[in-house]
Amino acid sequence: MRREAAYEPVIGLEVHAQLLTRTKLFCRCPARYGAEPNTLVCPVCLGLPGALPAVNGEAVAMAVRLGTALGCRIAPASVFARKNYFYPDCPRNYQITMYDAPLCEGGALEYDAPEGPRLVELERIHLEDDAGKLLHRPAARSLVDFNRCGVPLVEIVTRPVLGDPSDAALFLQNLRRLLRWLGICDGNLEEGSMRCDVNVSLRTPGSRRLGTRTEIKNLNSFKAVEAGIRLEIARQRKVLEGGGEIERQTSLWNARRRELVVMRSKEEARDYRYFPEPDLPPLEVRAELVERERSRLPELPLARERRLRAEYGLPAYDAGVLCAERGIADYFERAVRAGAEPKEGANWVMREVLASLRERGGRIEEFAVSPDDLARLVRLVSDGAISRTAGTEVFREMLRTGEEPGAVVGRLGLELLADPRRLEMMVDAVIAANPGEAARFRGGKRQLLEFFVGQVMKESGGTADPRLARDLIERRLAPGGGER
Amino acid sequence: MPDGGYSDLSVRGIEELYRRGGARPSDVVGSCLDAIEAKDGIVGAFVEVFREEALARARELDGEDSRGRPLFGVPVAVKDNICTRLMPTSCGSRILRGYRPPYDATAVSRLRAAGAVIVGKTNMDEFAMGSSTEHSSSHPTRNPWDTDCAPGGSSGGSAAAVAAGMVPLALGSDTGGSIRQPASFCGVTGIKGTWGRVSRYGLVAFASSLDQIGPIAADVDGCARALRAIAGADGIDSTALADPCPALEGGGEAALDGMRIGVPSSIKGIDLDPSVSAALAAAVRHAAEAGSRVAEVDLPDLGLTIACYYVIAAAEASSNLARYDGVRFGMRVGSDTLGEMYARTRSAGFGEEVKRRILLGTFVLSSGYHDQYYGRACEVRERIRDCYRRLFGSIDLLILPTAPGPAFRLGERLDDPVAMYLSDIFTTPASVAGLPAVSIPAGLSADGLPVGLQLIAAGGREDLIVRGASALERAFAFRRRCVPGGSGGGGRS
Ligand SMILES: [Zn+2]
Repeated sequence: MRREAAYEPVIGLEVHAQLLTRTKLFCRCPARYGAEPNTLVCPVCLGLPGALPAVNGEAVAMAVRLGTALGCRIAPASVFARKNYFYPDCPRNYQITMYDAPLCEGGALEYDAPEGPRLVELERIHLEDDAGKLLHRPAARSLVDFNRCGVPLVEIVTRPVLGDPSDAALFLQNLRRLLRWLGICDGNLEEGSMRCDVNVSLRTPGSRRLGTRTEIKNLNSFKAVEAGIRLEIARQRKVLEGGGEIERQTSLWNARRRELVVMRSKEEARDYRYFPEPDLPPLEVRAELVERERSRLPELPLARERRLRAEYGLPAYDAGVLCAERGIADYFERAVRAGAEPKEGANWVMREVLASLRERGGRIEEFAVSPDDLARLVRLVSDGAISRTAGTEVFREMLRTGEEPGAVVGRLGLELLADPRRLEMMVDAVIAANPGEAARFRGGKRQLLEFFVGQVMKESGGTADPRLARDLIERRLAPGGGER
Repeated sequence: MPDGGYSDLSVRGIEELYRRGGARPSDVVGSCLDAIEAKDGIVGAFVEVFREEALARARELDGEDSRGRPLFGVPVAVKDNICTRLMPTSCGSRILRGYRPPYDATAVSRLRAAGAVIVGKTNMDEFAMGSSTEHSSSHPTRNPWDTDCAPGGSSGGSAAAVAAGMVPLALGSDTGGSIRQPASFCGVTGIKGTWGRVSRYGLVAFASSLDQIGPIAADVDGCARALRAIAGADGIDSTALADPCPALEGGGEAALDGMRIGVPSSIKGIDLDPSVSAALAAAVRHAAEAGSRVAEVDLPDLGLTIACYYVIAAAEASSNLARYDGVRFGMRVGSDTLGEMYARTRSAGFGEEVKRRILLGTFVLSSGYHDQYYGRACEVRERIRDCYRRLFGSIDLLILPTAPGPAFRLGERLDDPVAMYLSDIFTTPASVAGLPAVSIPAGLSADGLPVGLQLIAAGGREDLIVRGASALERAFAFRRRCVPGGSGGGGRS
């Protein structure tokens, strides 16, 4: 382990997130996924001679929203720049991005990690356009689909402050949550609407100087991010321990073989020849726009998570689950406002609601059981009107029929059986049907109490009041007690 | 119909003709098409003539009302780097031979909306890089005044078409003088507006921060009418000026009265053709007599300006021309590997001058040289702009030659790119500073070739150059009298 400690990794991330704008960044083509190849294109996004870009204000507003949420400085005038490189998915053979005057600078993403609050400082956020997609066909033919070409991206660059692979993955999860929370990106790593490049270097602990960094691209899942970084750290460590030097290089993560493949060595490093995009004036962001976006920001996930803990006394785990998505947190709080006891409500949302969303798919906003109805159901259970077991059944019926819980309870006769005389008869019947167990209970095997309670619940179709049933069973089976 | 047909008329002349009921658009367009057929074999101004389309459009106009359409029935030639929908637009380049854009440039659609009829596309130096129209992949254009001479460039085809009386009006584009220098060489008038005055949407980019579309016509009035029609904000060109173009009126006899006119002191050291010096002196004399206050002014170093121009223009061009790669349109020379397809396509598709500038531009942007060349050129450009901003605080118009001399002979400067570049010495200042400028014919050289003078005003003040140029135009009373294939020399062999 001493050798392990000889180097500490320094990790920085560059995250590309596709913005959920209606149209592309520089033209009015729809920014849509899944259409027939090359149907969402025009002279601008095809880079035809003479066509010029014009900035989509919606994309700027979304980037500003993100910048304000992360506490960045929003530049009153930022500058688009051309990044020159030849590749068939890039029709102009230059990407329009931002270079030395980005839209947002500084800022940080804050979140609660298991070991405590974490704050990851950001370098910058800027706008740029996405490239098309190459489809490689057999027989050495390649096709290009330009539908994605020109879709707006924000690139979020952290400072090199992440300490290990799981730290990087956790940051990414929290960033993804924020992007989705703000409604600006759907955060789908597998489909590539969110992409992550990683910079990794090693240094001796305590040293302030960063080592030579290498880049990993194509990390398309949180697992890939962790695994890829881990492999790269191991590789660099081996080189350094062997007395070698790290050279700048870019590798690709191969998801199938779970390994890194060197894409470009130092010698092949590209010279992008950045210069200000002469087709676009500096991007002016007025203070009013920044204010508008700031004032419209929803309560952010971290604040909400902390508030749910403080206000409702929820455990950190529950608050984290409920704040995974804004819609879930909203659903939960609406149920609480409608009268659900918070912890009970949280349990119902986490167990039943999220489970059935996972099973059936769909959005929480369109979930068949409204938060108001869920609150009614939670109240029926906590008031003792129906048992928890019956509650689960009621929930399934509500989900199926859309009825409100009272109606389901009535229709299925699930009101809690709390009439002592009827319950007594049921208890007696159960004891009579299980004479062996009854004898052993009396002989001291107290654990069999749960067995009898279970039998009574079964007999009653889940409607028996479990507390009352337990009392009755104990009394009936008590030594010398009860049997008339 | 007059002897030479209607093709020799000015834009105003055509309007008056229609107003009198003397002819219909199909007569005028037909007459221009005939003139092109008769003369262009010698001049070579056109690369494409849209005979059928133009006649069909003209016949439609025959039955229509001209009201509200300031260029109603006016035949216009369009430089081949300005997109015309589904019509060839090849920029004088092999790499775009046969390319037909799916859309009209904003300037073209505005011309059409103003009632103009596009009759064809004019020859140019490949991608507008050149000062002689010899760097065209199809053929060199000849100067109608002397067919052994170059018409200037890169809008040489447009200038020659107007000069030879084939069309009353043409569109050109000007990056470092490409409208003004050929206008000067061909004895016609050309205006480059303030950068952003005319939308660049659909102008195939050479150097985006310098490119401007502008008119070439026989007189200032024709240019002013066309500029009015094509100028103005455009939602799809974010660099187009938002504020409206000022009224472009000649201003009559009193136009020069009280104008503050600057004459650069720095041109004394430059070798000017005597006819150019004489024209400049005559203009200054006339302006003074007409009540202008003429003073010598210092300009930012012209050599530095031209160097700054060539660095920035090449840098932007190297990026703008990257899209010609054989992947989606234009020429492709196939290969087994992607890199080789790029290399072969671009090697075969681009001419020498274009390659020279792409290499130069790639070099000045490359890491290690970027700050030294591109970065410094941008700083110099800012200083030059500041200088002109200050200068136009104290003068209204700057008057200077358009070119140091008349048209040079074809082939004369082909092997000497630097000499070719230096012929832009008087035109690059307005380009680098983004200022409006006009070139008007101002006299003839000893060999009987036209020479032009240039007026430059502050950014946004096209009204001043139009007023000044109209007044000087009257004073010079320049007559177009070139007969292609006549006095000047042999036809195309
Ligand atoms: Zn598009």
